[in-house]
Amino acid sequence: MSEIAAHWNYYLVIILMMLGFYAVIARGNMVKKMVGLNIFQTSVFMLYISVGKIDGGTAPILTGDPASVYSNPLPHVLILTAIVVGVATTAVGYALIIRIYEAYGTIEDDEVAVLIDSDQDARERADAEPAS
Amino acid sequence: MMQHLPILQVILPLLAAPLAALASRRHLAWHLTLVATAGAFAISLVLLATILRTGTPIIYDLGGWPAPIGIVYVIDSASAFVLPVVSGIGFVATLAARHLVIAEIDARDHPLFFAAWLLTLAGMLGQVTTGDAFNIFVFLEISSLSGYALVAMGAGRDRRALPAAFNYLILGTVGATFYVIGLGLLYMLTGTLNLADLSVRLAEIENLRPAYVALAFIALGLFLKMALFPLHLWLAPAYSHAPSAVTALMAATATKVSVYVLIRILFGVFGFEFPYMTQAVGGLLLTLGLLGAFVGTFAAIVETDLKRLFAQSSIAQLGYMAIGLGIMTSAGIAASFIHLFNHALMKGALFLALGVIAAQTTHLSLHTIKGAGRQIPITMTAILLGGLARIGVPLTAGFISKLYLIRALIDSGLWAVAALTFVSSALALVYVWKIVEHAWLTERPENAPVLTETPGQWAPAWILVLATIGFGIYAGPLVEAAFGAAQVFGPDIIQATQTIEGLQIIEGLEGQE
Repeated sequence: MSEIAAHWNYYLVIILMMLGFYAVIARGNMVKKMVGLNIFQTSVFMLYISVGKIDGGTAPILTGDPASVYSNPLPHVLILTAIVVGVATTAVGYALIIRIYEAYGTIEDDEVAVLIDSDQDARERADAEPAS
Repeated sequence: MMQHLPILQVILPLLAAPLAALASRRHLAWHLTLVATAGAFAISLVLLATILRTGTPIIYDLGGWPAPIGIVYVIDSASAFVLPVVSGIGFVATLAARHLVIAEIDARDHPLFFAAWLLTLAGMLGQVTTGDAFNIFVFLEISSLSGYALVAMGAGRDRRALPAAFNYLILGTVGATFYVIGLGLLYMLTGTLNLADLSVRLAEIENLRPAYVALAFIALGLFLKMALFPLHLWLAPAYSHAPSAVTALMAATATKVSVYVLIRILFGVFGFEFPYMTQAVGGLLLTLGLLGAFVGTFAAIVETDLKRLFAQSSIAQLGYMAIGLGIMTSAGIAASFIHLFNHALMKGALFLALGVIAAQTTHLSLHTIKGAGRQIPITMTAILLGGLARIGVPLTAGFISKLYLIRALIDSGLWAVAALTFVSSALALVYVWKIVEHAWLTERPENAPVLTETPGQWAPAWILVLATIGFGIYAGPLVEAAFGAAQVFGPDIIQATQTIEGLQIIEGLEGQE
């Protein structure tokens, strides 16, 4: 039990990670897939940030006091970069979803898949008997 | 000036990208792109020549902060080998992009197209150059995000490009996030992100359990990115519905860069002696590589859509690269490097030549090219030669890579794998013959549209075809450079003992099947 209590941040991260990953895989709605992807990424951000925390540590500012303990700022900086990447990914993803909705009239995975197949059939028919 | 070359070849396309996006005059964006890619190509050739002459790695400290505190860019035999491949293909594909983009993309979107094009190149060059594991992730995402946008730009001609790009985005992001998870575990264990430093500190650690998990996450993430079977499903739709120029650029470089990153991490950080490396990772790479080689080849045989056909064949090719790595010897890594180089050339040539036809038709299938061998002989010959290189016919570079791959397998006693590799290569003859049959041995239907070709259209593809043949005949320097690149990841002494151990495990694996 104390083992779990000492590493609670890891358990939280794993639960969040699996929730997000499940949504990415199991959901047919593309917006829900993106939400899942965001949760998945956020869990990784939390993994990094919780690792940088030191008990009793303060903000990493030089005070001249050699006794002061501060949290490791490097994971925070890395995750700042990763958040920017995540925002960009989300933006591109939702932009694509809007375009998919305009082109197909649906954002359900399986309905789009049916339309993709019919596109393929139409092109193959056009091949077999060229119009002009 | 000279000492800044390692960073300059990344900065050049990176800075040209916003300029291209702002370019208002028609073709100005293309000219900017051409200058930037030519510059990057020239710099990478200078770097390669320097490395081949001196043999000592160039370490560039960003902002003057030395490793492991600062981020360093490392030009050694391995990165200097891959850089000209990426930037060279980038340059030749840009040459072809002029006519392909005019044909396939709305004129208003040209500046944005070339901005994304330059960003994806900058991202790939950055991944190859950097010596920092987190920096690899950042560049990976730069190249991937612009790659998703580029694939989606095929929507003007084929709306299926949109869901293809979306799936690519989801799987690509999952892959990249897996890589970051693995990296986080390594950072917790070692407190460093510098690749060289990571390898030193990992060797000192006794409780390696988090490192096993890290290895699994990183390898899985990169398998996804390099489209190793069975994580390859994003590749065929993305490549077949993307604009032709994008397909050529990405098929020739994007997955290759991921293979390179995998080599860096597997052998540069973890090393041959890492527990489970030869057994689990080596066996997995050999098994998945072989399965990929067969699945990709069979999928290509039954395919009628030409872009998709060669996309499936890419999966087989990536399988061969995985087999090379799975051997877990310097010779195997060298074979993978040779194949990485040759596959970039032939896939670039094939997709650029296919682009000439794709720009003139709505759908690129075996029907479209019926009798095309007489209408556009120069383009079709390029496709045929690319296909022959894919099989591994002598006098093409494809032969050299198969030769060294099979030789490396036999040196390690993996006879069965060598035989299966040979069989799957020979099976490629089936789909190349399908193309010959439709293009040359069938009459062109009377109502089919007339196909045309001009030197401006076929020249870029032929540059790569001639390079394929050139390196097939005069392979010495290529092989030497590839073996030099493989030497970066460990001396030959390690491999002797490891091979025997790995061999027994592979035999065990085969026995189970």
